Amino acid sequence: MQITSPEFKANSRAALADAQLQKALVNVRTGFIEKRQKAVDALPEFDRLRDSARDIKNHVLENLDLYLEAYEKKVVQSGGHVHWAQTAEDARGAILDICRKANARVVTKGKSMITEEIALNDFLESHGITPVETDLGEYIIQLRGEHPSHIIAPAVHLNKEQVEEDFRRVHDHLAPGRDLSEPEALLGEARRVLRSRYFEADVGITGANFLVAETGTSIIVTNEGNGDLTQILPRVHIVVASIEKIVPTLEDASQVLRVLARSATGQDMSVYTTLSTGPRRATDVDGPDEYHVILLDNGRSAMLGTEFQDMLRCIRCGACMNHCPVYHAVGGHAYGWVYPGPMGAVLTPSLIGVAKGGHLPNASTFCGRCESVCPMKIPLPRMMRHWREREFERGLNPGVARYGLSFWAFFARRPKLYRLASAIGIPLLSFATFGRKRLAWLPFAGGWTKFRDLPMPESRTFMQQFRDRDATTKQAAR
Amino acid sequence: MSGREAILAKVRASLKAQPEDGPRLAAVERRMAKPPRGVIPARGQLSPEGRVELFASLAEKFATTVARVRDPADVPEAVAAYLRSRNLPSAIRLGADKRLAGMPWQGQRAMEVRTGPSDGNDEAGVSHAFAAVAETGTLVLVSGRDNPSTVNFLPEHHIVVLNAGDVDGDLETALAKVRKSFGRGKMPRTVNLITGPSRSGDIEQKIILGAHGPRALHVILVGA
Repeated sequence: MQITSPEFKANSRAALADAQLQKALVNVRTGFIEKRQKAVDALPEFDRLRDSARDIKNHVLENLDLYLEAYEKKVVQSGGHVHWAQTAEDARGAILDICRKANARVVTKGKSMITEEIALNDFLESHGITPVETDLGEYIIQLRGEHPSHIIAPAVHLNKEQVEEDFRRVHDHLAPGRDLSEPEALLGEARRVLRSRYFEADVGITGANFLVAETGTSIIVTNEGNGDLTQILPRVHIVVASIEKIVPTLEDASQVLRVLARSATGQDMSVYTTLSTGPRRATDVDGPDEYHVILLDNGRSAMLGTEFQDMLRCIRCGACMNHCPVYHAVGGHAYGWVYPGPMGAVLTPSLIGVAKGGHLPNASTFCGRCESVCPMKIPLPRMMRHWREREFERGLNPGVARYGLSFWAFFARRPKLYRLASAIGIPLLSFATFGRKRLAWLPFAGGWTKFRDLPMPESRTFMQQFRDRDATTKQAAR
Repeated sequence: MSGREAILAKVRASLKAQPEDGPRLAAVERRMAKPPRGVIPARGQLSPEGRVELFASLAEKFATTVARVRDPADVPEAVAAYLRSRNLPSAIRLGADKRLAGMPWQGQRAMEVRTGPSDGNDEAGVSHAFAAVAETGTLVLVSGRDNPSTVNFLPEHHIVVLNAGDVDGDLETALAKVRKSFGRGKMPRTVNLITGPSRSGDIEQKIILGAHGPRALHVILVGA
């Protein structure tokens, strides 16, 4: 997919002016947050489970090489195949090889962000293989030629009228009089169309929420059941997963599962949590004949041992974006690549480079809500700050910001000078504004004041007021 | 260098770790041989009867319907009653599970009992649960000839028979039972943890039942 992260500012402007998008984003602000809160409130152990989940993943990351080897051994023992892919290109190549060997013409897909990351659909199409997205949201955006705007609710940027329009355009069997005005009717239509696709497919591709080292098991978590039909009906099942998805044991998977669905959709458990180990056995009467796992690195191994290692704990629940004021305002497409919101702001520069993704860590108010709801306690704001530092060090941010910061830093490093300057500046500012309480315009900051007023500071500096208050308190205490 | 060696080398370089690191390897193997139990929610840690009640109330909360019968011999009648109540044809699909096969289906003379995996043309499928999890109202089903996984997903209505004695308090206990039954480090091809009927919230965040899997999930609790 085309990366538009460098155009984040232009993307955001367009998003803010998009009435349909703004209407759809209301659903994020209300639904997700309330549902999560209710589920969390109902489980007194939730916070301790977050600690437990964090510690499990930290342990895995510290020993990732050993767990990957253990996991591979178990997959092979259960009759499956593991394909190691250093890059997106390697992963695509391995998938194509498997599809070709299976003479695949149609491939069904369960919802998977990792296949978005490696831009699999375009690649398969260019090689004559038809990928069919089966998750309702993914199906809708595939019809529209779009990409997910949210990692668990890919079509959250759309309203039902837009979906109806797409269905009428693409499903040419639909009678014009058929009522498709409600989501129920739209879902029924998608269910009917996709049912035959599951049986038609030669290969089914899913992602994985977890890979269990102890047993060589991959786990997917879904609500629709599409991931299951994708993996039990075709002859070949391919799991695409990044290396950090490993957990040591079934017990560890259970711990993390408890925080996953609650943080994502506010469910105690998603409807379907499916543990898959190897291909069809002699004792099976259904299921795939072949089971393949593509283990993708794509830049993650380089995050280990750095200040971004904690990001590899992410379980892709989406809570950070659901609670992010920036995401609420501009939606997911503005971020310009696969992963939006706070987790995307940290991950994107790691995967595509800070030169392209540098705007994203700046798209934060540092309100800290993302970290406070993260089930894996990932310090997202701190890591965005690290990216800002790197961007500054490499001279990637614009001159005005750099010189402005240097100017400010000159004073900030000299407290006496800073106090003196503010003691002169503040009364001057209130004098210059003729006693007005707010300024609608400032020289050199027209972009900022275009959308908001600058409230005027009190006539005295913080330090002056603090000294007075301190004296008053001491007097009162006497 | 193969992709495998390259990735492992990069991971080790980043971690400043050695491949043959005795203490690290020992820690990893110890954890897999003896998994720590972690934080277990108190809500499911109840008496056997308490677990059944919690399971049933949570299952219903997540849109599963629950019927109770005293004895396995009562299951066919309960299945027939469910089909009638939903105006469904008197036909079911089931696997080779001996517990199900041993039930008196011949007593339901009008009922057509198809066996084997589902081909997508069944209105109702019947499975026997391996276990259930009280803390979340979740069913645990394992794949195989006895209970083919297609029966869990293709029919419009999924009916699951569950012995009341198989309801565990927490997920860890249920999965440990799978481990015990299949052997350490071995798993059935698929374990399905199912919590309610299939649903989607992908259009305007409105939850609708019956996405790609069953529109309805019905549990028949035996011995409760």
